[in-house]
Order: sequence, then C-alpha cells, then structure tokens
Amino acid sequence: MDKFLALSQTAMELGLVNSLTVLSLFLSYSMLNVCDLSTDGCFTLGAAVGALTAIAGSAWLSLPAAMLAGAVSGLITATLQTRMGVQSLLAGIVVNTGLYSVNMALTGNKATLSMNKVTTVFSMAKDLLRGTPLAGQSTLLVMLAAVALVVVFLCWFLKTRLGLAIRATGSNADMVRSSSINPTFTTTVGLCISNSFTALSGCLMAQQQKNFEINMGSGMVTVALASLLIGGVFFAKHRPIPLRAVGAVLGAFLFRLVYGLALRLDMPAFMLKLVSSVIVVIAISGPYLRRQMPQIIRRWQMIREGRGPRA
Amino acid sequence: MLELRNICKTFNAGTPDEKKALSDLSLTIPAGDFVSIIGANGAGKSTLFNAICGSFPLDSGSVWLDGRNVTMMPEHRRAKQIGRLFQDPMRGSAPDMSIEENLALAAGKGGWLSRVSAADRKSFRERLSLLGMGLEDRMRQPVGLLSGGQRQALTLLMATFQAPDVLLLDEHTAALDPGTAEKVLELTRKIVSEHHITCLMITHNMQSALDLGNRTLMMDRGRVIYDVTGEERSRLTIEDLTERFRQLSGKALDNDRMLLGINRKK
Repeated sequence: MDKFLALSQTAMELGLVNSLTVLSLFLSYSMLNVCDLSTDGCFTLGAAVGALTAIAGSAWLSLPAAMLAGAVSGLITATLQTRMGVQSLLAGIVVNTGLYSVNMALTGNKATLSMNKVTTVFSMAKDLLRGTPLAGQSTLLVMLAAVALVVVFLCWFLKTRLGLAIRATGSNADMVRSSSINPTFTTTVGLCISNSFTALSGCLMAQQQKNFEINMGSGMVTVALASLLIGGVFFAKHRPIPLRAVGAVLGAFLFRLVYGLALRLDMPAFMLKLVSSVIVVIAISGPYLRRQMPQIIRRWQMIREGRGPRA
Repeated sequence: MLELRNICKTFNAGTPDEKKALSDLSLTIPAGDFVSIIGANGAGKSTLFNAICGSFPLDSGSVWLDGRNVTMMPEHRRAKQIGRLFQDPMRGSAPDMSIEENLALAAGKGGWLSRVSAADRKSFRERLSLLGMGLEDRMRQPVGLLSGGQRQALTLLMATFQAPDVLLLDEHTAALDPGTAEKVLELTRKIVSEHHITCLMITHNMQSALDLGNRTLMMDRGRVIYDVTGEERSRLTIEDLTERFRQLSGKALDNDRMLLGINRKK
C-alpha cells in the first residue's frame, strides 16, 4: 500500500507538471484545432530560460520569463502559418528544429545545467512550509497551485469574447471572418498563450528535477497528446469546458500512473515514448476503425460466401 | 448603397483553364433595394458575391459601400457592413459552440475580455423567439445538434443581428426541404423589410426570383444581361424570363433546378 501511495505521489507530481503541457494542447489542439509540433522545443526553451533565470538568482522571475519566451515562440509559429504561407504542421516542425539551436545558444553550448545549489521555486516553497504539517508536500503544492491557476484562467478566458473567437476559429473560421474578427489574430493569440503554458511546464520540470537537459522536451508533444486523449475519455467534446480542462489534468495523472505501474512491472523506462505513441494511435484511429468495422465485416462475409472481389 | 464599378476577375489567367468569371461588371444598388439574381451555373453569381465580400482581390474595378471605397479592405473588416448566407447551412455557425456563444460572437458587442451578460442573454432570447423554432429554450446546446433549417435560420439571425448595410443570400434555402425553405424565406422577408436592409439574393427558383424583392438581375458569362424593375417586372412570368434568357444569352436554360421551378408553376 505504501508502495502504491509513493507511486501515486510521483505520478501526481509528474502528472501535474505534464498537465500544463496537456492544457496547452487543450487550447491549441482541442480548441484552436492546430496541431502545434513546436511543443517539444518550446518545453525545453521554457526549461532553459527558467533554469538560467533561477541560476542568475531570481526563482520567482523564472516563471514569467519562461512564459514570455514560450509566447514569443508561439508568436513565431503562428506568424509562419498565418502570414507567411507555411503549412500549420510544417511551421511547428520548423520552429521546433530551430529552437534546438536557440536552446543550446541560451545555455552557452551546454547540454545540461545543474541547479543543485540554486534557489528554485520548489526550494523556496520548502523553506516557506518548514515546520508546518504540509512540509512534506511542498513540491506537490507548488505544482497544484500552478495547474489550478492555469485551469481557472482557461475556464475564464474561453468564455470571454476573445476566447469564444479562438474556439470558433477551430470550429468554423469562415464564421469568425463573417463576425468581423480576423482568424489570423485569434490563431496568433491562441498559440502565444498555449506556448506560454508549455514553457511554464518545462520551467517547473527542470526546477523540480534540479537539472536542465537539452533533450528533456523530446517526445513531449506525443506524451501530452496521449494524456489529452485519455482525458477526453472522461469528458467528451460536448461537455462543459471546465470539466474538459479537469479531464485533461486527470488524463495526465492517469498516464503517469499507468506508466509508473508498468515500470514496476519491469518495463524499461525507455519504453515511455513508444507507449505514448501507441496510445495516441489507438485514441485517434480507434473511433475511425470502429466506423469502418461494418464495411470490413461485410467484405469478409462476402469473401466467405464466395461473392467477394477475390472469389 | 452598394456600387460596383467595372469589376473584372479572371481565374487561372494564362492557363488552358482560364475563366473570365466577372467581365467589366458595373452595378448600382440603391439602399433598401431587394434584388433577386438568376443565371445558369457558372454565370458568375457567387463570384459576384465573393467580389462584394472581398474573398479575393479583384483584377480591376472598385467596390463602394455607402460612398466608401472598400476595394482594398480585407474580408473580415468589410463583414461589419455585409451579412452573408450560403447554400450550405453548416457554413454560417460554429458547430462545437452553443447557440448563445454563436450569437455572442455575431452580436459583436463589448471588448475582447467581455463575457455574455444577463442582458445579452435576454436580447438573444427575444430575437430567437422571433424565429418560432423554440431555439430560445435551447440556448446552451451546441449548434451542431440543430437541423439544417434551424441552423440556416440561426445564421440569418446572426448575419442580421446588427443590421448590415447589405445582405447577400446565396441560394440560402436551396438545401432545405420545401416546407423549411418556405419558412426561412418568410423569415428573410420579414427581417429584411423590418430593418430596411439592402439585399441581394441568388436563387434558382424563378418563381421566388419574381415574387421576392423589387428588382431582378439575370447574369451570364460574368455580366448582367438583363436588369428589370418596376412595372415591367411585375408583368413578367416565368415563361417570359426563360424566353428572355434564350434571346439574350443565345442559349437555352440548361439548369435542371431552374426548369424544375418552371414545371412546378405549370
């Protein structure tokens, strides 16, 4: 039982960090209908900027600094796809590739940065809570606060006129235009906000692990997408937005929990990315194949009865 | 008032597929006019609407709205003055959002960070009840659940929520069943006359082309070939119109739907 509790605490902590990226995709993928493939690089960018700011001496400033860097990255991705004729997927890939060099340049050509003796938001929270009953939970509390803030912000924002316009852009861009709103503008704002969450996620991850590593974001987009799609199982498309946002967080937690259990069952850690890929494929192509099933069954029957194309 | 001055648009210029969609077309529509537009497929009717809306840049010519040259104004900015409905009822609203949220965007009130207020909800309710479809009791439901007719009626409401200077109707009842089409057409007539909106309506139904509005245009090969109003128009029958088309364009009406319209009359 203790083992399970320890496992779920780790899953909770990691799930919460990841859930910020999941919420970012909730905005870009579920709402704006843009698959933002710059997520990996942006996650690392947030981690790098956050780590450098913390090492420079300001743990608090690291959060807004990372978010600002993420927003700038989102602005570039959005500009490429809305004003410069680059296809949406390619815009993300191009920015993602470019960000690797940017991240390396930021860290001064170092693939890792250690924050062992550096004050981070987590060490600050630990000092703050020392001696109180919550002392052991400081990491979890910081994560929980960050995720709660982002969820509350999203629930509020997506009901504002700008939020509605962003949702409509993903649902029917023609209608946005005929409402005298420029879809270029809504796409840009949406991607800036979503990327700032991705960067915040990376920033917190690096500070929690007290370590920045240049490849820490690799595969993040698939892991987050898998979590988002798992979350979609709890609260489907037609449910209210607050529930769906909470579903996204639950999805991230559940993904980490299952992954943690699989590790206990001797699955090697390097399997994480394959598992997330498979989950994404199942979640997206499952409903498609289910729709195709009657056709496939009919074809089998016809072949069996000797009336099929190959008979 | 809407004015088009010598507008030209050629698609695929310089290729074997070159198509002159609008050919030196000039047109003046005084405020308050309700104009029906007929013509065979490919005559340039929808292209004319696209030109008015700014969906593509014109090769030459200019578009004037209320005395202002809007030729270079991007589509979304022109949309403040222009409402448009398409044949496809799905095109005018966002299916994943509720009726209320769709209306809030169309109403276009308040700043970017404003939210739907109780007063907004009340006015949405009042306007929706005018449609007589019971939508006022379903304001929180996603638009994707509505039928084609309900969605087109909602789109009509959205396009005219703030009365536009010009309303463009591109066969907006063609995809609906006859009963629903009649109802949507009746709503259109009511809303247009109540708000004195200048209106252009493309139709393949010759009867509604003559019944609705005060002026009828016939288009062929990117031009207006016949423009009729007043007493001459009130005497016209569908047969006159088909005969006129044959004379002016040098070919018979080849459109099934238009012919169906004729058969229905007989």
